[in-house]
Amino acid sequence: MAGLPDKAKVVVIGAGIVGNSMAWHLARLGWRDIVLLEKGTLPSPGGSTGHASNFIFLTDHSKEMTAFTLDSVRQYKELGVFTQTEGIEVARTPERMQELTRRVTSSKSWGIGPAEIISPERVKELVPFIHEEIILGGFYTPGVGVVDSLQAGTLMRQKAQELGALTIGAGVEVTGIDVEQGRVKRVRTDHGDIETDTVVIACGIWSPRIAKMAGASIPLTPAVHQMIDIGPIPFFEHTNAEIAYPIVRDVDTNMYERQHGTGFEIGSYAHRAILMDPDDIPSIAEAALSPTMLPFTQEDFDPQLEDALELFPDFVGDEKAGIKLAINGLLSLTPDGNPILGETPEVKGLWSAAAIWIKEAPGIAKTIAEWMTTGEPEIDPHGSDIARFYDHHKTAKHISARTIEGYNKTYGIVHPMEQWASNRGVRLSPFYERERALGAEFFEAAGWERPYWYGSNEKLLAEYGDRVMPRAAEWESRWWSPTINAEHLAMRDRAAMVDLSAFAIFDVTGPGAAAYLERLCVNKIDVPAGKTVYTPLLNGAGGILADLTVMRLGWNHFRVVTGGGMGMRDKKIFTDALPADGSAQLFDATNSFTTIGLWGPRARDILAGVTSDDVSHAGFPFLTSKVVEINGVRALASRISYVGELGWEIYVPMEQGLRVWDALWEAGTPHGMVPAGIGTYAVTARLEKGYRAHGNELELDFNLVDAGMARPSVKDADFVGKAAYLRQRAALPVAVLCTLTLDDPTSKSGVKRYMLGREPILSLAGEPLTDAHGRRSYVTSAGSGPSVGKHLLMSYLPPSEAVAGNHLLVEYLGEHYPVTVAVAGATPLFDPDNTRIRS
Amino acid sequence: MNILVCVKRVPQTGGRIVLTADGQAIDTRFLGHTISPHEECGVEEAVRIVEKEGGTSAVLTLGPAEAEDQLRDAMAIGIERAILLETQGGEWDPVSTAGAIAETIEAQEAANGRFDLILFGNEAADTGDYQVGVRVAVALGRPVINGIKEISFGDDRRVAFARREAPGGGWETYELPLPAILGVKEGLNLPRYPSVPGRLRAKKKDVERIALGSSPSGAQGLGAGEDAAYAASPVPGPTKLGLRLPAEERTAADVIGRGPEAAPAVVDLLERIGVLSK
Repeated sequence: MAGLPDKAKVVVIGAGIVGNSMAWHLARLGWRDIVLLEKGTLPSPGGSTGHASNFIFLTDHSKEMTAFTLDSVRQYKELGVFTQTEGIEVARTPERMQELTRRVTSSKSWGIGPAEIISPERVKELVPFIHEEIILGGFYTPGVGVVDSLQAGTLMRQKAQELGALTIGAGVEVTGIDVEQGRVKRVRTDHGDIETDTVVIACGIWSPRIAKMAGASIPLTPAVHQMIDIGPIPFFEHTNAEIAYPIVRDVDTNMYERQHGTGFEIGSYAHRAILMDPDDIPSIAEAALSPTMLPFTQEDFDPQLEDALELFPDFVGDEKAGIKLAINGLLSLTPDGNPILGETPEVKGLWSAAAIWIKEAPGIAKTIAEWMTTGEPEIDPHGSDIARFYDHHKTAKHISARTIEGYNKTYGIVHPMEQWASNRGVRLSPFYERERALGAEFFEAAGWERPYWYGSNEKLLAEYGDRVMPRAAEWESRWWSPTINAEHLAMRDRAAMVDLSAFAIFDVTGPGAAAYLERLCVNKIDVPAGKTVYTPLLNGAGGILADLTVMRLGWNHFRVVTGGGMGMRDKKIFTDALPADGSAQLFDATNSFTTIGLWGPRARDILAGVTSDDVSHAGFPFLTSKVVEINGVRALASRISYVGELGWEIYVPMEQGLRVWDALWEAGTPHGMVPAGIGTYAVTARLEKGYRAHGNELELDFNLVDAGMARPSVKDADFVGKAAYLRQRAALPVAVLCTLTLDDPTSKSGVKRYMLGREPILSLAGEPLTDAHGRRSYVTSAGSGPSVGKHLLMSYLPPSEAVAGNHLLVEYLGEHYPVTVAVAGATPLFDPDNTRIRS
Repeated sequence: MNILVCVKRVPQTGGRIVLTADGQAIDTRFLGHTISPHEECGVEEAVRIVEKEGGTSAVLTLGPAEAEDQLRDAMAIGIERAILLETQGGEWDPVSTAGAIAETIEAQEAANGRFDLILFGNEAADTGDYQVGVRVAVALGRPVINGIKEISFGDDRRVAFARREAPGGGWETYELPLPAILGVKEGLNLPRYPSVPGRLRAKKKDVERIALGSSPSGAQGLGAGEDAAYAASPVPGPTKLGLRLPAEERTAADVIGRGPEAAPAVVDLLERIGVLSK
């Protein structure tokens, strides 16, 4: 390969659908001197793009993934490579029929065009060769289609070349990536070195190997997806079309079937997960077909043949239709099922664009290109951010355990609260054994085992009777217990202790610490020592990046506390912004401190029982912190609340945590204190107080005005997103975050049903609500409000609908339920004057 | 007409061949396995003969337990029963292989009746020995012809006519009294793909397993000369020293033009290779 430059602004490695899309979007956004390297030959170099089935179903329960997909479809259409085929997911079981109604609701929430449940007879009309007697119905999406991903890639390369922005190096193998002072310096290849400070790894299954060259980690594993192609099917000979019938997903058997020409392709995610070490992938020369098309393992596919035969007896059972192609195709799996996007936390300038499917690739590439260019992607990629991983997520054990477990969920019915079963017990708080003895039901958060509720509190059920809002339907009872609501009520009546060990904690020190944090945070950080500040972080466009608390512990010492789920992503935000002169430093103290929450009307009495320090309201006001001595331990107590009660978060050196837990336990028991789980902390108590949560209400596509979090004044100091925030404040609100109450949970069959979140809010006429930015109104959070006696929903509504007392509908599992706007804005439904917190 | 096809499990190649570190075998980590291409035609021919003439078909292989896959592949396109001479690893040379197969055929015929026709591939795709079929024929005392690309039968079904290409063009036609043995070549027919129902039927069928010992030739490769077949042979067995890859041929592509300007050059080329006429 001649003509490879020795310098580049950016090197994109891998010319599959992802790398091609990256090259185009970077060029479109003004990047020049882009070099696209590919070790194979174009246009089909031998990665997963080459054997992809190329069809696109639109609906995913994840808002983020759906947004990527819809944007990708838009791009494929613009390129002229999208063929609309329509698609049907068929149900063989009643459980699946319920799941399909959920898919209808997600489609409405995410603004997908028509999508509906259809009868088996209608399925038969659309797919005349299906054996409709074994199905109960289908989820029909007319907008489903098939793309030519290779042609799309070729066109995008051409467009980038026409801008004079792109040099393509095909047949060039990357042999190393040099890093200097934490930043990419050069890419080494078998055709010479290229100096660059920015690299995008778009190498699919090879990505971990390339990242490792720079000392970074991309935790994915190559895994096998089996597909076969049978034909010729005489029935299709008359269609004279590449695709004339809808694509069928036989989701209950984890399979899909589709016509192409006179062939019939059958793909499966039902077989055992077959993982591969990236280092064991054959080279292009060694591979018989391609490195990602491995020899078929017949025995894994045999059971699926029976399933396919049952659904399509005429074609699959045709003795004359041969199995023409059968491959084990390699694709990328990640431990949480999401793509891996963004700049690696290990190396500046090294970007990952990995574990991406055809259906989402152009949309993701556009997002990453925006992220690289301005830091302000239009679609919030936080669920896919490579920075989300903790160290344990990057272990071979974790990757293999979770991808094996996740593989067969590809088409599964996955409950929104569903917990992973494999590789649990990774991070244990000092109280773990105590919690186990109390019958804790552990949910996982950032690898921590965290009690969601406690079996020991079942005794409270008798005390509270129907106030615990029992649930009769199995779906909403799954991963839930009425004990959560009993714990909630006991906390509101007396007090509760909550294990908050999953918090991520960063200590920021140095003479420049205050100025550095001031620049990142919306709210004023330069406060007297001892003050606690709750603050959002914005990106430059004024989208909400994060929300967290900052405690000023001294003139040059701050402690940042953020949720565990996005803890490492938040750490990267802070680390990236550290001043180059070294005047501020950040230390990740997450594993140094454990945190206990103590809240409720009796919290002060309990704390006073274990410390001689002044914990009176005057001596320890709201939003302050100070060190108190508890049972011989110096602990940092911060008077703050995410549950709407008087109380403290108590930060204790990890190894002394148990000592404080035991002391509080002993002091609390006479007051009727209970241990309370995260079900109370993060859902019921939070919703009653209207507190917003990142990932639910707080995302990049919403701003502080939408969220009702704009303070009366804006601080003088400059901060990231300030200009945008000022503009948003000056404009009329586009949406208003509201708390709604479910008026009547009774379904048509007389069962009380309770929404779990992400359902569409509809007008009384049953029409979706859309705001001026085209955003649908959907339930951002849902849960019981035991103290207010209502099931609560939060949702952004167009201002015209965001009026207290307004009656609307919510769609849930195929039915509509009446809801009422209880609060428009941030005023809490429970204790609206916040007298409890400030007592 | 009762037909037996003998097949061999061989690595499915297509990419660059990689040898194991000791240079004694092909590295099959990234390769699937298949039936030798000549034998695939033999399997197809057996199915066609039985479809046309009636009778029974059987497939036999000598190989590791995994060779069951190749037997099921054969049954998936219509062979009725399968016999696996299961080895315990190690490489079986053609002398030992032929000995074990001949012995099995005698036992099978004693129990189930005569095979009118036994088909071998002309040579195995991996070792290319060109002799197992001939050795079996000699052991069984039956006529044998190799290189066969067409098979038909006499009206009385007592003879087979087998044709092969003659050096320098034309065809040689042989008449063989049945029972007979033929070594067949690719081009005999176009093997069908298995259907899904065929695949499912094959999965449920029994495979008759006959356990063999470990390689009679010993771990060192061919020709340890200790087994009975060699003892009876007047010449000592060959010894495999190792495998070596031929030097890679580097072929370079000539760019004959770019864009629309390349069209005349393409036409020239197509004329030169006879695709287009002037």
